[in-house]
Amino acid sequence: MSVGTLSQISSNKEDVTTKYLLELKKLKMHFPITKGFFRREVGKVKAVDDVSFGIQDGETLALVGESGCGKSTLGRCIIRINDTTSGMINYREENNSIVDLASLDSKNLRPYRQAIRMIFQDPYHSLNPRMTVFQIVGEPLRRNKIASGSELEDRVVELLRNVGLRPEYVRRYPHAFSGGERQRIGVARALALNPRIIIADEAVSALDVSVQAQILNLMQDLQEQFHLTYLFITHDLSVVDYLSDRVAVMYVGKLVELGTRAKIFTEPKHPYTEALLSAVPKPDPRKREKGARILLTGDVADPASPPKGCYFHPRCSYVQDRCKVEEPVFQDTGHGHQVACHFAEELNLKGVEEI
Amino acid sequence: MNNKSNEVFLEVKGLRTHFFTDEGVVKAVDGADFQVRRGKTLCIVGESGCGKSITARSILQLLAKIGKIVEGEILLSRDSGEVLDLAALKPQSKVMQSIRGKEISMIFQEPMSSLSPVHTIGNQIMEAIQLHFDADKKEAKRRAIDILQRVGIPKAETRLGSYVFELSGGMRQRAMIAMALSCQPRLLIADEPTTALDVTTQANILDLIRELQKDMDMTIIFITHDLGVVAEIADEVVVMYLGKAVESGDVDTIFHDPKHPYTRELLQSIPKLGSSDRGRLQPIPGMVPHPFARPKGCEFHPRCESFLQDTCDQIEPSAIRLSKNSHVRCLLYGGAEKEQSTSIHSE
Repeated sequence: MSVGTLSQISSNKEDVTTKYLLELKKLKMHFPITKGFFRREVGKVKAVDDVSFGIQDGETLALVGESGCGKSTLGRCIIRINDTTSGMINYREENNSIVDLASLDSKNLRPYRQAIRMIFQDPYHSLNPRMTVFQIVGEPLRRNKIASGSELEDRVVELLRNVGLRPEYVRRYPHAFSGGERQRIGVARALALNPRIIIADEAVSALDVSVQAQILNLMQDLQEQFHLTYLFITHDLSVVDYLSDRVAVMYVGKLVELGTRAKIFTEPKHPYTEALLSAVPKPDPRKREKGARILLTGDVADPASPPKGCYFHPRCSYVQDRCKVEEPVFQDTGHGHQVACHFAEELNLKGVEEI
Repeated sequence: MNNKSNEVFLEVKGLRTHFFTDEGVVKAVDGADFQVRRGKTLCIVGESGCGKSITARSILQLLAKIGKIVEGEILLSRDSGEVLDLAALKPQSKVMQSIRGKEISMIFQEPMSSLSPVHTIGNQIMEAIQLHFDADKKEAKRRAIDILQRVGIPKAETRLGSYVFELSGGMRQRAMIAMALSCQPRLLIADEPTTALDVTTQANILDLIRELQKDMDMTIIFITHDLGVVAEIADEVVVMYLGKAVESGDVDTIFHDPKHPYTRELLQSIPKLGSSDRGRLQPIPGMVPHPFARPKGCEFHPRCESFLQDTCDQIEPSAIRLSKNSHVRCLLYGGAEKEQSTSIHSE
């Protein structure tokens, strides 16, 4: 990897103490709402609002939440598809120097684009129908002038083997593949530049269950083989339970809870996490009556005009007067389990029962 | 409103729906047998392309021009006591039109594309009511407000004038349910009604459907690929693979004593919440074959863990009845020697 060449950009040397591979600090992504002919700004959609967390080297961090909570926007901010409003995206290079990706212009960003890659949700729309598999997977290698000619061909074949596709298929177009195979092509493309971090945005949501299991296993194998770090963005908590090390729960642009998988699933501290867990259908008809579901009334708050106080209070079943006026702070409750709830210590919330 | 449970409300026998495309015949449904009992919920599960949606559309004869029911019966027991074969009716016939929306109605997966974007919610619901009942505009409006309130849409009267794009995903699905229920159907066909929704909204919608079923004494056919949802709401389950109903039975048997290898492997492949350690999932190897390249013999044999050489790839298994309302289509349970000996149809 050729990231060492631009190490002179590395700034913020005071942050070297943390061991995060990627650390977000007070990241904000506000989209302006404009009105009228002069596009006067009348408001802001706070898609991502003051989010701070870190991803350790080699771990899988799952980012969960309902649709519209800003989890995809957050992922897109990290690879700079969206330009952030404010905040820092600190990336630790292999030589331990730290770079704030949010402050780089597109020219200086290029080497880091190789280190952080993305797998998209819909394998039908994320592959160019007019390009062959060879062109799709080989494009990042050609664009970055890493390989060409027969070397490029060998590398593409190797990548296809890595993701379990037959190298003979290299001249075919995406339409000739099923959903699962297409997603494998997407994974191969993400792997092409030997990335360190892969952001998987709902990477298995569009797939059938039997194929979903194949892709999840593949992603686990690749993580071991290439020492990858995953940011796994999803709404499916059973998938999260299966592959994540830590889980971050997001609600209306803010993190509400972050902790290890075991803690989040067995001892959630935020009422929203509890409600999310209880809403997941359990694939066993005998458990139908057990563990009453917590039904959330109403819809996700509008990120353009969120409610006062705690954003979750209109839907929360433990709501008290304090929640309606004072916004809770996202803080550590011990062992790195962070939560944004005034009553995190007092509440005794139900997790998923161990089977 | 008779409440005879165990009474078969709809019976599908040997249904085959084929699509005659330029490239060849796609056997979308190629042998579906099941029954739905009055007031119960039947779930049809399977991976995409297994023919579960086409089975449902065949019942209402909502097929594209190139699609035809080539064989089989769809027997509907009407309130008057007569048994009607829907498969024999013409799609545009008067009888079919009177059944559609009135006796049997349907909810679709994506409300945004199945509701009209240029008509208000109220407009669309009132149209259905006025079509099937002798109601004037005022009466239709009253009923529309009623049903919107019933499905939990707040401020129903103002919502009547809303367009689809003004509603959130959950509210849209509620509006669609309201439309489907506006004529108090006896049978509701729900085609993946919660797939596009968040888990929290899904939980609300499933609860709503269950509650309405109880109140209105409705029979439900619920189509989904999510086994978690099946476990939540089904009384009986039909598992489909490549156009065939490979197994049917009550929900407990399907989940705790599945017979067909496909059902077993499908259940093993899903990640389960709270299953403790990060293990490996057991995916079903391979993928659903292309409709033009159907394997010989049992269609599942290239992916089957119990594959028997020279048997499964030669003989097409017939449906073997296990009990009154369960069957399996697998050679492990007989039929490997002489075909058709215990077929459902010979009863």
